[in-house]
Amino acid sequence: MDRKEKEALAQYIIDLAKKNGANQIAINLSEENGVDIQYRDSEIEQLQESQQSSLSIQIYVDNKYSSHSTNDLKKESLKKFIEQAVKSTKFLSEDKYRKLPDSKLYAKNLDLDLKLLDADYHKLSAEERIERIKEIYELALSKSDKIISTASNFSDVIFSSLKVHSNGFVGFKEATLFSLASEVTIKDGDSRPEGWFAAQTRFKNQLPESDFIANLAVQNALDKIGQSKIKSGNYDLLVENKAVANLLSMLLSPLAASAIQQKRSYLDGMIGKQVASSKLSILDNPFVEKGLGSKLYDSDGIATRQRKLIDNGVLNYYFIDNYYGNKLGLEPNGGATSNLFFETGNKTLIEMQTSLKKGIFLTGFNGGNSNSTTGDFSFGISGFLIENGKLTKPINEMNISGNSKELWAKLAEIGNDPYQFSRWQTPSMLFENISFSGL
Amino acid sequence: MELHNYLEHFGVNLELIRNIISVGLSKGGDYCDLYFQNSLSDYIGLEDNAVNRAHSNITLGVGIRVIKGKQTGYSFTEIISAETMKKAAQTAASIANSNKSHKIPELQVHAPANYYAIKTPWEEVSVEKKIPYLQKINEKVFALDKRVIKSTISFTNSTNRILFANSEGRITYDYKPMGQITVSCIAEQNGKREQNSFNLSARQGIEFFNEENINRLAKEAVESTVSLFDAGKPQAGEMEVVLSAGSSGILLHEAIGHGMEADFNRKNISIFSNKIGKPVAENFVTIVDDGTNPNVRGSINIDDEGNDTKKTVLVENGIMKSYMHDRLSAIHYGVKPTGSGRRESFRFAPLPRMRNTYMLPGPHKREEIIKSVKKGIIAETFTNGQVMIGGGDFTFYVKSGFLIENGKITMPIKDINIIGNGPEVLKNITMVADDFKMTEGGWTCGKDGQSVPVSMGLPTVKVSKLTVGGI
Repeated sequence: MDRKEKEALAQYIIDLAKKNGANQIAINLSEENGVDIQYRDSEIEQLQESQQSSLSIQIYVDNKYSSHSTNDLKKESLKKFIEQAVKSTKFLSEDKYRKLPDSKLYAKNLDLDLKLLDADYHKLSAEERIERIKEIYELALSKSDKIISTASNFSDVIFSSLKVHSNGFVGFKEATLFSLASEVTIKDGDSRPEGWFAAQTRFKNQLPESDFIANLAVQNALDKIGQSKIKSGNYDLLVENKAVANLLSMLLSPLAASAIQQKRSYLDGMIGKQVASSKLSILDNPFVEKGLGSKLYDSDGIATRQRKLIDNGVLNYYFIDNYYGNKLGLEPNGGATSNLFFETGNKTLIEMQTSLKKGIFLTGFNGGNSNSTTGDFSFGISGFLIENGKLTKPINEMNISGNSKELWAKLAEIGNDPYQFSRWQTPSMLFENISFSGL
Repeated sequence: MELHNYLEHFGVNLELIRNIISVGLSKGGDYCDLYFQNSLSDYIGLEDNAVNRAHSNITLGVGIRVIKGKQTGYSFTEIISAETMKKAAQTAASIANSNKSHKIPELQVHAPANYYAIKTPWEEVSVEKKIPYLQKINEKVFALDKRVIKSTISFTNSTNRILFANSEGRITYDYKPMGQITVSCIAEQNGKREQNSFNLSARQGIEFFNEENINRLAKEAVESTVSLFDAGKPQAGEMEVVLSAGSSGILLHEAIGHGMEADFNRKNISIFSNKIGKPVAENFVTIVDDGTNPNVRGSINIDDEGNDTKKTVLVENGIMKSYMHDRLSAIHYGVKPTGSGRRESFRFAPLPRMRNTYMLPGPHKREEIIKSVKKGIIAETFTNGQVMIGGGDFTFYVKSGFLIENGKITMPIKDINIIGNGPEVLKNITMVADDFKMTEGGWTCGKDGQSVPVSMGLPTVKVSKLTVGGI
């Protein structure tokens, strides 16, 4: 379907829902085509092609609300689907906070091109994809004789979505996403540690060189040779840039308006107050060209905006969507995060490492969880012991535990190395005096 | 329902299916299968004392897989017609590259067992009928404890119709129901808040949510929340860990289950590669993965490769016996399929997966186990876990439990991660009680981007040392 046909289908569905008794309707029609190829043992292990379309619809009948989705877009199926959807909505309780957003909140700058679509997507051939992963596979294999098995993967997708709301919003977006990955398993006595690296970009020509990917995956595996746990105790904690996201989620997920309204947030009531050490400043910028998280509007069609989420440790925003904004009496501000940028420090990762007498350099998490209501957390980790500024011993099978409030207050230093292959461009971070459990 | 109902449902016939399979094999593939799926799922939710939200989803499509040696070609279409299926079959066929022609045998129907007969199909249960269940639970939740300030309750159910056919002439089908209610509470005491939840899930109809289970849902959710006010953290480090009967089966799922999925072993990347026939645990340890437990969440009548599901013994009296296989690995190892080839939906190729993973009862008593612990913890409820397949390091997150000091249960504990190494932990299982329990929780397992429902079970077990998060 082209855009015109989709708009006609959306209008048909809106009319159908109105005829059945709905007074407000929001439609999202999306389409996604992709290819995923995996290479192992000198041959293609799996080749998969996918083409999918789906409709999701939100129905409002006198402040009663429900949402529905289907991938069966035949007109006769849709007719039955919509009838049933409106009918079941009428049984629900009224909820005065359920209504489409005020149209003045909708995104207006819809012509702004965020450059999320690689126009050359369809020129990418199966041969080119295979050639690329074969190259990564062979490069990885050549880097260590300890490798037992390695696989490389190319996956790419092109998608579009049309959003139509019955009170006047029409938004259309198209985007591409490319991903290259390598995984490596090595022999280490009885153990077979695995390492990996994956890069995701909007445009094909942003993908890193094959050697870069193979190198990081192999290094990640080799770093795990001889890992063991060390004595429990409090250590300074240096976190590698790409691992920071796990800790950052503990600080950001309690900021959702739903968590605040449902009293499931340890950050309830903290707007304008210190939630982290003054070293932490985070900017949420949805308008970055080719950005992995760029967007002009949120899932409610509401205009996104630049937000200085945290400024020198002080919290400025909750993530407010339409419904929970109504419930809290707060104006929606573009919902969840888009692209995050950090005010970086002036030290490199190595300089931060060198400055530590005794600490742990954390390079990966293994499970664990956090409690958004209390801020308590406990995660499995792996990495290295740092002694007198040097990495002296690979470690694993240890936990870090504590409370998010206290952890973020102990943020002592931020590196100058933002991680580029992610929506959240986290730099390395140094925290003081964290509890580790091991032996 | 019989075969003709499924053919009618998907608007296909035997001749068309054979034609599509022959297109799949037209470039020299060794094997081809078709997986038709129609899933209907519903949700209604209660928040702030009103059932004021609902969601429904319909998914329809057919996945086409072609295998050539160890290679897989996969494609799917969401529109089931001769033309679209032919195109998808051609895409999947392209994994092979020769002109070898195949004769497709006549399709013979294989009628599966039924491990989850239900009284009323979910399609006949309206939103209107389900609403009172949530209102009733909500009233009970607030009546049980004055400290509760919020309760959210969700009721989800699904029905999956599957039709499967392959180039070996098998055609079979399945009808998979599932129901789940989850109750989540927030309580407040002296300005402090705690949150916890409880759920029950089964391959059953609405009859599963009888008076007893409705009461359990409210009671367990409230008690597990307010008990956290008194809970603290253990001291960090290695200690004895007792796992309570039931959902502690997460230990098996992470410590051994994933590592015993044969794809990882076939590729030589699991820490359990080459361990079949070797002793891995004490002789009172027997671990199975079973798809046949009546109405249990992880049970399946057939796997997603058309094979009958089985009870697969992974470890018998301490000796490693069998991996869990999909078609590719069963051929690789020259063994019979174990009925473990599963997929999230028609959009994915199948992989070896767990179903209901559990340990059989052992010779000890729970009281005896607790008494034997000098300094350790007993873990009661869990939220999540994961494992590194090659290194064998696994973790699981304990939501609640207790300290054990000098053989006695003392302070409640909460929110700690436990980390260990699979093969080592198996060796360190020093006591197994006789109080086996299968969990009834809504567990979902993720692997390679695919989620499937599973269950697990355990008698009370003692592990002589594990690393426990703490302060």
